[in-house]
Amino acid sequence: MFGLDYGTWRGVYTVLVFVLFIGVVWWAFGSKRRKKQFDEAANSIFDEQDSSVNSKKQESKNHE
Amino acid sequence: MMSQTSPQEVEYNLKVVRQFSIMTIIWGIVGMTVGVLIAAQLIWPELNFNTPWLTYSRLRPLHTNAVIFAFGTSALFATSYYVVQKTCKVRLFSDNLAAFTFWGWQAVIIAAVITLPMGLTSSKEYAELEWPIDILIAVTWIAYVIVFFGTLVKRKTSHIYVANWFYGAFIITIAVLHISNSMAVPVSFGKSYSIYSGAVDAMMQWWYGHNAVGFLLTAGFLGMMYYFVPKQAERPVYSYRLSVVHFWGLISLYIWAGPHHLHYTALPDWTQNLGMVMSVVLFVPSWGGMINGIMTLSGAWHKLKTDPILRFLIVSLSFYGMSTFEGPMMAIKSVNALSHYTDWTIGHVHSGALGWVAMITIGALYHLIPRLYGQTQIHSLRLVNIHFWLHTIGVVLYIVAMWISGVMQGLMWRAVNTDGTLTYSFVEGVQASYPFWFVRFVGGLFIVAGMLLMAYNCYKTIRAEKQLTATDNAAQSA
Repeated sequence: MFGLDYGTWRGVYTVLVFVLFIGVVWWAFGSKRRKKQFDEAANSIFDEQDSSVNSKKQESKNHE
Repeated sequence: MMSQTSPQEVEYNLKVVRQFSIMTIIWGIVGMTVGVLIAAQLIWPELNFNTPWLTYSRLRPLHTNAVIFAFGTSALFATSYYVVQKTCKVRLFSDNLAAFTFWGWQAVIIAAVITLPMGLTSSKEYAELEWPIDILIAVTWIAYVIVFFGTLVKRKTSHIYVANWFYGAFIITIAVLHISNSMAVPVSFGKSYSIYSGAVDAMMQWWYGHNAVGFLLTAGFLGMMYYFVPKQAERPVYSYRLSVVHFWGLISLYIWAGPHHLHYTALPDWTQNLGMVMSVVLFVPSWGGMINGIMTLSGAWHKLKTDPILRFLIVSLSFYGMSTFEGPMMAIKSVNALSHYTDWTIGHVHSGALGWVAMITIGALYHLIPRLYGQTQIHSLRLVNIHFWLHTIGVVLYIVAMWISGVMQGLMWRAVNTDGTLTYSFVEGVQASYPFWFVRFVGGLFIVAGMLLMAYNCYKTIRAEKQLTATDNAAQSA
């Protein structure tokens, strides 16, 4: 009996993880609005040029 | 410094980043030099000078601890503290706790340098340090968790940049792994016994061991990759959406891969098979991440010609791709039957450690050091270029030598005569390996030479700031 329960539990768990993974993929690729947000996030590391950051001057020199 | 002149700017804690960055270079040289020494001992055993402290058995764990926990982990401390501040646009959660993590971690390393040559060891691979040091590691690491996540909590940005996700996963998982695997019953100040026994102990050890690879040497350095590759390439990561799937895919799979270290042992067969399957599947997120990093250069490949720092970062990803193809393959039981216990494993580890981990770290530090010391550029790009070639040639010599000797050893060990007796004695395999061990030794010399160049280059860069500040001060007081 325990073996069966355990096996069933493994099956349910596998399906659960699979559904979660599909959810993550959908969340990442499923929406145009989120794509825009993700693009902004990807570009956020370059923000320091126009924001007030202590290395502003040295960073900007790099691009000259 | 700029930060002192205008008060409304974010005052980052760069001191702890500088400390960890410099120690990364110093420990890198120490750890890799010990590596070259023990590589030489395999060829010329006299090099242990008949001193117990200098024998291979005691120096080998010193080498692995020094490169993984002193060099690699210092680099992760430095870059995670830098990246979390820069991407959250806020100072570290606590300067005192951050300073504690620096001094605590250096104390752990010094304790390792003293106790491992003395022969004090728990005998667990990559977890050799005895229980008092384990406690210091745990305390320091919990302080690290507080500083890192405390900084995330007080961030000034709405989104948490993907590099921090990888760093965060690395920090939490290492805490869990270290504390679980180091559970032991102390019998004296320098000796303890694991609370686990038999196959369970082995499984705990390799659950820890492989996830030290998966989370410290992979997830942590992927955090580095997701910040420093786009920064150095001056373009955003190829696909931020892919990075989200990469993160969840990688962390949910890696944790299962440990049993492949225990193929054909007393570990239950189903566990071995599960570990094998999970290791093979791991190939997919690994390559997703590698492609994401390399394709960041899409449309700007010409930068590789002129920028040796970017070359370090991108070539590190090629080595990452190579070793994450090799790893799943070696985790297949029939391949493992040939490769296990041979030099092939050593070659695989070093294509990951010297190719991926060391090269991404070196590239990130060449990017970081000038910025930490008020400079725009490293002292000499020409020396960076020479370092790149020294390192690349060294790694290639190393891994090719180990591939050949590994496969050769595997074939010699399994060869049987028609009457069922072994064709070769073990020592014949050792003898046949000597030429390849020599090539490995030469490769190691190339790598250490490159690290020494790096130390000189960074020293000159740091000195340049000191001179600059001196002139600044003179101008201000005039």
